[in-house]
Amino acid sequence: MILTLTSPVEIWAHRWPAGIKLAVLSGWTLFLFWLATPLPLGLALAAVVTLQATGGAVFLAHGLRMVRPLVPFIVIVGLWHGWTGDYAAGCVVVLRMIAAVAAANLVTMTTRLSDMIHVIETLARPLAVFGLKPRRLALAIALVIRFIPLMADRMGQIADAWAARSAIRPRWRVLVPATLAALDDADRAAEALRARGGDG
Amino acid sequence: MERNLTHIALFAALIAVLGLVPKIDLAAGVPITAQSLGVMLCGTILGARRGALAVVLFLVLVAAGLPLLSGGRGGLGVFASPSVGFLLGFPVAALVAGWVMQRTTLSPGLAATAGAVIGGIGVLYVFGIIGMSVMLDKSLTEASYLAIAFLPGDAVKAVLAGMITQSLARMRPASLLSRA
Repeated sequence: MILTLTSPVEIWAHRWPAGIKLAVLSGWTLFLFWLATPLPLGLALAAVVTLQATGGAVFLAHGLRMVRPLVPFIVIVGLWHGWTGDYAAGCVVVLRMIAAVAAANLVTMTTRLSDMIHVIETLARPLAVFGLKPRRLALAIALVIRFIPLMADRMGQIADAWAARSAIRPRWRVLVPATLAALDDADRAAEALRARGGDG
Repeated sequence: MERNLTHIALFAALIAVLGLVPKIDLAAGVPITAQSLGVMLCGTILGARRGALAVVLFLVLVAAGLPLLSGGRGGLGVFASPSVGFLLGFPVAALVAGWVMQRTTLSPGLAATAGAVIGGIGVLYVFGIIGMSVMLDKSLTEASYLAIAFLPGDAVKAVLAGMITQSLARMRPASLLSRA
C-alpha cells in the first residue's frame, strides 16, 4: 500500500551501485555549498535537470513533483530578497537549494528501497558495539513497513466506529485508542518474536 | 529485548501513520498534520531512549525512500531542504520530552505537556531555526520569524500530547513505559 519514491521508469542510474551514488551525492552537495555565485549554481542546477531529463518526460515530471515542497521557501526567499534588493544572494540561495534537493531526489528515484536499506545496514554495522546488531535493525525496519498499512487501516476503523456512535467528529480522540492499539501490537509482536527464537 | 524492539518499531510506524492520515482535524477547523504530535508521543509514552530511537528509525525509512513525511514527502531530498533542521531535531525533541516525563514527579498529563513544550517546541525549534538559517543563508533572527508560523499548531499539539498521555495513564497506567 505504501509506494516508495523509486521511479518505475528505469534509467541508467538505476544500474549504479547505491553506495557510489550516495558518495557522489555527498560530494556534489558539498560542492554546491562551496559555489557562491549565481552563474555556476545555475549551471549546476541545469546539469541536474539535464540528468533527470535523460530519463524521459515521465521521469522528469516525477522529479519536478518531488521538488514542489520547496515552492513556499522559494516564494519566501524571493519576497525577502525582492524587498532587500540583494537579488544575487537570493538567486544563490534558491538555485543551491533546488540543485541540492533535486540531486538527492535523483538518487532516491533511481535506487530501490532494498538497496538503500542494505547501504544503511552497512553504515550501521559499527553501531554493533553499542548493541545495535544489523539483524535487529533489519527486523525493526521490516516491522515498521509491515505495520504502517495495518495501523492506517485501524485508525480508519476507529474513526468509523466513532462516527457510527456519535454525530460529533472524533478529532484527536481517535489517537488514544490508536496509541493503545499500537502498544498492544508491540506486545503481541514481541511475544511472537520470542516464540520464534527472539530477535537474535 | 524483543519488547524494546517492537515498541520502537511500532511507534516509528505510528509517526508515519499520523503523517499519512491527512489532517484528522485535530482541533476544530485547524487542519494540522499530526506528525510532530507523534514525535512528542514517542517521548512521553516510550520514554527518552526508546522514544528517540523510534524517531531515528522513522527518519531512516524516510531517508531510504519511503514517502512518510506529511504530504507524502520523503527520500534524501528532504534532508537537503530548508526543513532539515526540524527533521534532525525530531529525535532530540522526543529524547527531551521523554526525559522530562521520567525526571519529574508531575502528574502524567502535566509532565507530558511540559515535555512536549520543552522538547517538541523549544528544542525542536532551535534545530529547525539553525537549519533554515544555514540552508536559506539568513541570520538566526530572520530564520526564527519563519518558525513562528508553526507555533500555534505546535502549541495545540503539545496540549494534545499531554491529554493523550493523561488518558493513557488513566486507562492503563502500565502502558506509560516512560513512568514504568
